[in-house]
Amino acid sequence: MNFDLTEERQMLQDTLRRFLRDRYTTEERNRILNSDAGFSADIWAQLAELGVLGALFIETQGGFGGAGFDIAVVFEELGRAGVVEPVMDSAVLGGRLLAAAGRTDLVEEVIAGAAHLALAHGEPVSRYDLTHVETRLTADGGDLILSGRKAVVVNAEAAGHLIVSARESGGAADADGISLVLVPADVAGLTLRGYPMLSGGRAAEVTLDDVRLPASARLGDAGQGWALLSDTIALAHVALAAEALGAMESAVKLTIDYLGTRQQFGRPIGTFQALQHRVADMLIELEQARSAVIFAAGHLDGDTRTRDRHIAAARHLIGRVGRLVAEESIQMHGGIAMTQEYELAHIAKRIVMTDHRFGDTDYHLERFIALSAA
Amino acid sequence: MDLSYSPEEQAFRAEVRDFLETRLPKEMAAKVRQGHDHLSKADMEAWHAILNEKGWLAQNWPREFGGAEWNAVQRHIFEEEAARANAPRIVPFGLSMLAPVLMKFGSKEQQDHYLPRILDGTDWWCQGYSEPGAGSDLASLKTKAERHGDHYIVNGQKTWTTLGQYANWIFCLVRTDPTAKQQEGISFLLIDMDTPGIEVRPIILLDGTHEVNEVWFTDVKVPVANLVGEENKGWTYAKYLLTHERTNIAGVGFSQAGLEQVKRIARAERANGRPLIENPHFAARMAQVEIDLMALATSNLRIVSKAAAGGAPGIEASMLKVKGTVIRQEINDLARRAVGPYAMPFPSEAVEGDNDPIGPDYAGPLAAQYFNYRKLSIFGGSNEVQRNIIAQTLMGGRR
Ligand SMILES: Cc1cc2nc3c(=O)[nH]c(=O)nc-3n(C[C@H](O)[C@H](O)[C@H](O)COP(=O)(O)OP(=O)(O)OC[C@H]3O[C@@H](n4cnc5c(N)ncnc54)[C@H](O)[C@@H]3O)c2cc1C
Ligand SMILES: Cc1cc2nc3c(=O)[nH]c(=O)nc-3n(C[C@H](O)[C@H](O)[C@H](O)COP(=O)(O)OP(=O)(O)OC[C@H]3O[C@@H](n4cnc5c(N)ncnc54)[C@H](O)[C@@H]3O)c2cc1C
Repeated sequence: MNFDLTEERQMLQDTLRRFLRDRYTTEERNRILNSDAGFSADIWAQLAELGVLGALFIETQGGFGGAGFDIAVVFEELGRAGVVEPVMDSAVLGGRLLAAAGRTDLVEEVIAGAAHLALAHGEPVSRYDLTHVETRLTADGGDLILSGRKAVVVNAEAAGHLIVSARESGGAADADGISLVLVPADVAGLTLRGYPMLSGGRAAEVTLDDVRLPASARLGDAGQGWALLSDTIALAHVALAAEALGAMESAVKLTIDYLGTRQQFGRPIGTFQALQHRVADMLIELEQARSAVIFAAGHLDGDTRTRDRHIAAARHLIGRVGRLVAEESIQMHGGIAMTQEYELAHIAKRIVMTDHRFGDTDYHLERFIALSAA
Repeated sequence: MDLSYSPEEQAFRAEVRDFLETRLPKEMAAKVRQGHDHLSKADMEAWHAILNEKGWLAQNWPREFGGAEWNAVQRHIFEEEAARANAPRIVPFGLSMLAPVLMKFGSKEQQDHYLPRILDGTDWWCQGYSEPGAGSDLASLKTKAERHGDHYIVNGQKTWTTLGQYANWIFCLVRTDPTAKQQEGISFLLIDMDTPGIEVRPIILLDGTHEVNEVWFTDVKVPVANLVGEENKGWTYAKYLLTHERTNIAGVGFSQAGLEQVKRIARAERANGRPLIENPHFAARMAQVEIDLMALATSNLRIVSKAAAGGAPGIEASMLKVKGTVIRQEINDLARRAVGPYAMPFPSEAVEGDNDPIGPDYAGPLAAQYFNYRKLSIFGGSNEVQRNIIAQTLMGGRR
């Protein structure tokens, strides 16, 4: 057993933390949040230059990392700084899926910071049910025809390509029969309705109306997209858990700092034991969350069932702790934390809203129970 | 012990229900039902006018001042029915905060002048208590008023002033004797917001809404006639006001309406091919809140009837505040959870010029509201302060 980061990962963490601390200030981020694009092209280019995107890919994919712990290190720092740039979408969900499907050309561009991607998987009624796909893919001569609707597709507007899941066979909720296709954003029949998200960044509702694609657009074999999809989403789970952890660390730090400086009744409010114990509880839970990220990241390469059981455990625990930390941090700050300009407001939103991506606390509890049975 | 409503009370409920059905504008109810509780100023004024016409605006005022003089059960019934019908809430600052203070401590002239204007909507009041340095420790407030002949000159800053952007009057706690012990140098002053030297600056909350403000005072001239009661006795009046601020603090009606909304959503949403309302985890969460709310509704009735019978609302008000806000916040958490990925869009900006909802029409404001309602356990005396009140009353000791 060794719980230390390797030298490379330690360096990655230090570099990224320093860069974000210097460049990604509250003012800078508030400016980004208010911008039309919803993220900064400049920050994006620098993340690529620092090797942050490359660290999310394994060597054979053109990267220099890509393991669970690399992803965890990067996302913990992104979470700490409340970064809204679409690293999750372009690099993890999009890039890693394309890499696994062997589309190295586009992956190179992603690592270089030159291409954006989006995974268009969820649908208006699929909620967190990952195998629920009603969007249809049908063969027409040598071509493929894609029709359907995709919901809350994060980063869709910036993406040059969308990876769309669609059903070629089977029932609406079967894992078998789901195909993945790579769709250029400017293809005829694809329309986006974009909007900002509560925790920053942008997403869109995607309508696919008889979109005609060459057969080469299909990633992997017909109807066999589920394995690619679920392996990629497993990476995203680790990333989300680590991001929430980093954000929680920020929330707790902000709270401790504030409790030390805010004076009421002639003394710092941090001298009230009613608050001290709650800070202690947050710190205890934070250690639990850190361990959950570690066990999820460490089992990413295990067999699917072991991997998924640890992921479900981690996301459940972090969903629970995340809510506690976000709510308690706001409460112990008082009114100041309710203001949009204050750092904690954004951080708290990042924490809570991770619980709405790829399954919430309850969903992961159910998954854990199912995966633990038999 | 009798838990049933008397025939008169049942008749009253029917009357309230009928009134709400016929007089509450449908568009207004639709907005409230959608969770857009940030109604326009015009909406809120219109609802006040409708209630006033019926004589039901000032529910707890004595008849001599034009009030309905309802008892606790009547108020409870109205609250339940109004929430069920998705009526807008009554803006409390003039009606249930300032008015009781004026009735008890104001001069005859002040009563005759201000009370009718609260009823007919001429004046919109806001509450100028909190300051940047004086939140939970309200008595440390610094905004000062210096007497110059028949005027005070007011300098300082108030903050968190809810809907101050709509108000034409503000009631303020100001320091009139800087040498006295904290609580003993405070006065209660009524200030016309149009007076030169007052500046209102918006504070945007974390859900993007503008509902609170900073109010700055620079050499603001206020006639001495605007002093309520005696100089340096303001703390007594402020505390009296706070006990009124805490009536209806349990928010039972709001919680009941909120829970109904969650149930509607959970029937419409599907999880794993079945209605969300049948999902055991979600159903258990809903049931637990509902059980807590049933008990709270009964506690609320118990406590308010005792108060109506002359028992002073003491630490019970604090208990209702803590439990009531925790339950409301739990319901907001359920609502956010219920909509799944559609909690992520931020509609307040997205709907600009485009009124089609993103996802199901009920999803829009729920996640933003979850964050906004964190305020419930912070304002009106934070839940920690309420717990201190409870503990210190029962056990004494230092803060
Ligand atoms: C089953 C059992 C086995 C034990 N075995 C051993 C043993 O092997 N060796 C040994 O030396 N002792 C042992 N103890 C004693 C144990 O360490 C004491 O019970 C413990 O230190 C608490 O002391 P107390 O019971 O006097 O409670 P108190 O100290 O009187 O505390 C009463 C309550 O007040 C709280 N409290 C006290 N101070 C504060 C504070 N500053 N802030 C907030 N809350 C406070 C406590 O947490 C507790 O809830 C044992 C006790 C039990 C019950
Ligand atoms: C949305 C909103 C609307 C508001 N509207 C108005 C309004 O219209 N008019 C108005 O005058 N004010 C208003 N307020 C202000 C509100 O009353 C204050 O926010 C509240 O009194 C808390 O003060 P504070 O925010 O300065 O927090 P602080 O007093 O600094 O408290 C910070 C934290 O410390 C805790 N704490 C403080 N003292 C103790 C103690 N002794 N023991 C244990 N814990 C303690 C608090 O509970 C809180 O968790 C509003 C606030 C909000 C958020």
